[in-house]
Amino acid sequence: MSILHDIPVLSLILLSPLLGLIVVLLLPKHRSSWLKTAAFIATLIPLALSLWLYSDYDKQQSGAPFDEQLNWVEVPLNKELQNGVSEFMFKFQYALGIDGLSLPLVLLTALVTAMAALAAFHVKKRWKSFFVWFLLLETGMLGVFLARDVFLFFVFFEITLIAMYFLIGIWGYHNRERAANQFLLYNGIGSAIMLLAFVLLVNTAGFRIEQIGEQANFIYSGSYADIARNMADPNAWVNMSPEQLDMFNPFQMTDTMQWVLFIMLLVAFGIKLPVFPFHTWMLKVHTEAPPSVVMIHSGVLLKMGAYGLLRFGVMLFPEQARDWAVVLALLGVVNILYGAVLAFRQQEFKLVLAYSSISHMGIVLLGLAAFNEIGLQGAVFQLVSHGLISALLFLIVGSMYERTGTTELSKLGGLARSMPFMSGVLLTAGLASLGLPGLSGFVGEFLSLLGLFESMRWLTAAAVLGVILTAVYVLRSVLKITFGPQHEKYSPLKDARLIEAIPMIVLLAFILLLGCYPSVLTDTVQYSIGGLFEQLLATRAGG
Amino acid sequence: MYEGVSFIPLTWTDMLYLAPEFTLAAVFLLLIVLDLLLPKSVSRLSIGWLTFAGLLVTLGLVVWRMLDMNKAGAAADAVHLLSNSYRIDDFASLLKIVFLTGTAFIVLLALGSVRDDDAITDRAEYFYLLLPAVIGAMMMSSSGNLVTLYIGLELLSLTSYVLVGMRRKSSLSAEAAFKYLVTGGISSALVLFGMSYLYGVTGSVDLAVIGKALPGALVDFQALVYVGFLFMLAGFGIKIATAPFHAWAPDVYQGAPSPVSAFLAVISKGAALAVIFRIMFNTVLFAVGGEDANVSNDIFFIVLVLAAAAMLVGTTTALRQKNVKRLLALSGVANAGYMLVPIGLSITVVHSSNFSEFIYYLIAYLLMTIGAFAVLSVVSRSAGHEELKGFSGMYYRAPWTAAAMVVFVLSLAGLPVSGGFFGKLFILLGAANAKIYWLAAIIVVSSVISYYFYFGLVRQMFMRSGSDDSDIRVPAATGAVIWLCAAATIALGLFPGPLMEWIDAVFSIRSDLMFQ
Repeated sequence: MSILHDIPVLSLILLSPLLGLIVVLLLPKHRSSWLKTAAFIATLIPLALSLWLYSDYDKQQSGAPFDEQLNWVEVPLNKELQNGVSEFMFKFQYALGIDGLSLPLVLLTALVTAMAALAAFHVKKRWKSFFVWFLLLETGMLGVFLARDVFLFFVFFEITLIAMYFLIGIWGYHNRERAANQFLLYNGIGSAIMLLAFVLLVNTAGFRIEQIGEQANFIYSGSYADIARNMADPNAWVNMSPEQLDMFNPFQMTDTMQWVLFIMLLVAFGIKLPVFPFHTWMLKVHTEAPPSVVMIHSGVLLKMGAYGLLRFGVMLFPEQARDWAVVLALLGVVNILYGAVLAFRQQEFKLVLAYSSISHMGIVLLGLAAFNEIGLQGAVFQLVSHGLISALLFLIVGSMYERTGTTELSKLGGLARSMPFMSGVLLTAGLASLGLPGLSGFVGEFLSLLGLFESMRWLTAAAVLGVILTAVYVLRSVLKITFGPQHEKYSPLKDARLIEAIPMIVLLAFILLLGCYPSVLTDTVQYSIGGLFEQLLATRAGG
Repeated sequence: MYEGVSFIPLTWTDMLYLAPEFTLAAVFLLLIVLDLLLPKSVSRLSIGWLTFAGLLVTLGLVVWRMLDMNKAGAAADAVHLLSNSYRIDDFASLLKIVFLTGTAFIVLLALGSVRDDDAITDRAEYFYLLLPAVIGAMMMSSSGNLVTLYIGLELLSLTSYVLVGMRRKSSLSAEAAFKYLVTGGISSALVLFGMSYLYGVTGSVDLAVIGKALPGALVDFQALVYVGFLFMLAGFGIKIATAPFHAWAPDVYQGAPSPVSAFLAVISKGAALAVIFRIMFNTVLFAVGGEDANVSNDIFFIVLVLAAAAMLVGTTTALRQKNVKRLLALSGVANAGYMLVPIGLSITVVHSSNFSEFIYYLIAYLLMTIGAFAVLSVVSRSAGHEELKGFSGMYYRAPWTAAAMVVFVLSLAGLPVSGGFFGKLFILLGAANAKIYWLAAIIVVSSVISYYFYFGLVRQMFMRSGSDDSDIRVPAATGAVIWLCAAATIALGLFPGPLMEWIDAVFSIRSDLMFQ
C-alpha cells in the first residue's frame, strides 16, 4: 500500500482545479500574467497527481483499487403503499473510481489541459472569466472519467457542456455565437438522450433490495457498480421475467428495452464522438473556438464520447454490442473514409484537422467493433494518441494564426524558412497523425485494425484505404504550409517563443514515448480489460 | 343528502388553528387603516415593510403549527374544521410555507423596485393587497370542500386583477388587468360549472364524500362526470396557464408590474396546481379500481396530455420571443406542464412519491422564477424596456448580477448544478417509475428546446456589448432577493437530499393528502 491509498487522491485530482478557480476569482482582473500563472499552476496539480497515480497503478496491479465513495443524494420515496419496507429511496453516490480505461484518459486530460493553459497566451480579453470557465471545464472532464455513478457522470458531462458554451461563445472567432449555439443544441440533444437512458437504467437495473436482518431496504441506485452487477446477474430483478419470478416485476428490462437503451446510448455518445451523420457541430467548433479550447475539445472532449460508449454502451450491453459489431465497424469505416476524403478537399487547415479528427475517431469505433482485447487496446490507445496529436496540431495552428493571421492553405507557404522549429514540429505531428511507425498514431491504428481483421476482413481492408488517404491529405497540407514559395510578408515572422515551445516539446515527447514504447499504456489497459469481453458474455450466456 | 348535517361552529381552539390566516387578515385591515391615517409625507415603503413583517410572523406560525403537529410522526392526524371544509394538514402547511416565503420575496422585490416606477400611484395598496391574495392561496391549499375552495380561488383572483392594474399610468397595465379579469372570469365560470355537475351526480360538495360517491355515480352518470371534471380542469388550466389555456399569460405578465407577474407565476399558479392535486387524488383516484375505471384513467391521462401540451407549446412559442417578461410567462407555461406531471401520474404501488416531486419542483421553480424576475426588474429599470436587448453587455455592467442570472437560467433549463435540475430529474424518474415513457421523452425534448431561448439571455449578457456601459445599480432589497434565490438554487442543486428527507418525514398520503 502506498501513500496514495491513504489520501483521497481521486478527489484531489478532481477538485484541485476548483481550488485554482477560487484563487483566480480572488485575483484582480486586470493582472493577466498573475491569472495565467495561477491557472497554469492549478492545472499542474492534477497533472502531477495523475502521473504519480499512473506510475503507482502500474506497479501494484494486485493492490487495492482506488475507489472513493460518499453518499451524495439520498431521496426517500413514499413507502406507504409497500408493506414491510423499511427504506425506499433513490441513492446517488459521489463515487469515484479508476481502472485501466479511465486512468490513461485522466492523465491525458490533465496533460492536455495543462498544455492548453500554457497555450492560452492568445487570450486577449477577460482573462479572469476565461480561466474560471477553463478550470471548471477541467473539473468537468476529469469528473466524467472518474465518476462511477450515472448521475454524477451526467452532472460532470453537463458542466463541460456549459463551460464550453461560454468558452466558444465569448473567446471564439468571428462566428463564435453560432458555433456555440450549435454546440449547445447538438450536445444538448445528446445529453438529453443520455439522461433518459440513465433514468431508465436506474429504474430497472439500478434497483436492488438490501436485506439487513428483519429490515428490507428497497433502493434505486445510480451507482455504476450496482447497475453493472445487476445487468450481469441472471438472477437479478432486471433479468427476470414475471413468469420466472411468478410475481409482478416492474423492474424487468425486456429485450426490446435493452435494444432501445443500447441504441439511445449509441446515439447520445455518437453525437459527442462524433459519428458521421452527427458531426456538423464539431466542424464549427474546430474553426470558431479559440486555439487552446480547440486543443481541449479535440484532445479530450471527443474522447468522452468514445469513453461513454465503451463504459455504458458496450460494457453494460455486451450482447447488443456484439450483435451490432458490424454496424459499429461500418460506422467506423464511413467515418474514416468520409473524414479522409473531405479532409483532402479542404482549403482551410483547421477544417483539414477537423475532418481528420472525424476520420481518426472512426478508428476507435473499429477497435470497439473488433470485440476482442487487441481491438479494445487499440481503441484506447488511439484515444490517447489522437488526443495528444490533435492537441499538438491545434497548438501549432494557434501559434501560426497568431503570426500570419490566417489558416487558409492558399495563403500560407514556405513557413519553414522563417519558423524552422514550428514547421519541424508540425511535420512530426503530421507524420504521427498519418501513422508513421515510431510515433504514437501508428500503434493505435495498427492494433485496432489487427483486432478487426480477425472478424471482418473486408471492412478492415476498406479502413486501410482510409489510412492511405490520411497520408495524402496530411502531407498535402503540411507541405503546402511549410515548403514552397514563401510569401513576402511572412519572412520577418519569428519562430516559437519559449512559452509556446514548451508545450510543443512536452506533447511531442509523449507522442514519441508512446510510439517507441507502447507498453507504457497497453500494460495499464491490459490489466483491466484482460478477458473483459469473455467475462461479460459468459455471465449472460449462463443465465 | 345534506339534511342530516348540522353546522358545527368554530370553537376557540379551532380559531388557534386558523391563527396564520387571521394574522394576515388582521395585518391587512390594520394596514388599510394605517394607509388612510398616515400623512402623505410618510413614505409608503413603511407599509411595505409592515407587510413583509406580517408575512414573516405568519410564516413562523405556520411552521410552528406544523412542527407541533408532526411530533407524533408523519402519520399524525390532520385537523379538520367546519365539517371537513377546512383542513390543517402537512399538504396545506408545506404549500403555505412555499406561498408565504414566495410572497415575502415578492414584497422585498416590490420594495426594491417601487421607487423607480412612476406609473404606480397607490404604493401602499400595491403592498397590502398581496395579503388577501395570499390568504386566498392558503385557503385553496387547505380546503376540503368545493365551496371553500371556490372562495379561496375568488379571493386570490379578485385581488390579483387589481394588482395587475396597479400601474395606473400605463395603458399596458390597464389592458392587462382587463384581459386578466375577462379570462379569470371565464376560468371561474368553468370551474363553477364543472363543480355543479360534480355536486349534481354525487350530492355533496365535500371532497371526501364526492370521492366515496363517485364510483356509484359513474354507473349512471358517466358522461356527466366527464363533463364535470373536464370543465374544472379547463378552469384551473386557465389559472395555471397550461396550454391550450395559456394565451392570456404573456400579455398579462407584460402589463403587470414585475413583482405582480412573479406573484401570478408562482403563487397563483402554485395554488391552482395544489387544488388540482387535492381534487384528483381525493376524487378521481377512488374510481380507479371500480368497474368504470376507464373514466378515471381517462381523466388522469388528460392531465398528462395537458402537461405535455404545456411543455411543448410553452417552449416552442418562446423560441422567437424577444420580450423577457413574455418569455418568462411562456417559460411559466412550460413549467406548469412539468408540475402537472406528478399530478397526472396517479399513484401506483411502485410510484407514490408524487407530492414530494411536485413540491420540490415548485420550490425550485419559485426560487428561479422570482430570481429571474428580480434580475429583470433591475435590468428593465436601467434599460427602460423589457426587451432581450436590455440584457446586452450585462457582464460588463453588473458582473455579479449576471452571474446570478446564469444560475437562474441553468435552473430554468434544468441543467446542473441547480435546483431545477434535480426538480426535473425527480419528475422524470417518477414518470419512468410509472412507466409512462412517452411523457418522459417529452419532458426531455422540451428541456432541450428550451436551451435555445434561455441561453439567448446568456448570449446577450456575456457575448454582446450594450450601447450603455454604465454600471447597473441594484437596490439593496432586490439584491437580497437575487442572492437568496441564487444561493438557495445552488444549494438545492448540490444537496437535494435534506429537503426531500424532510418532506418525506412530515408528509403522509393517508393522513395529509386524502380525506378518508
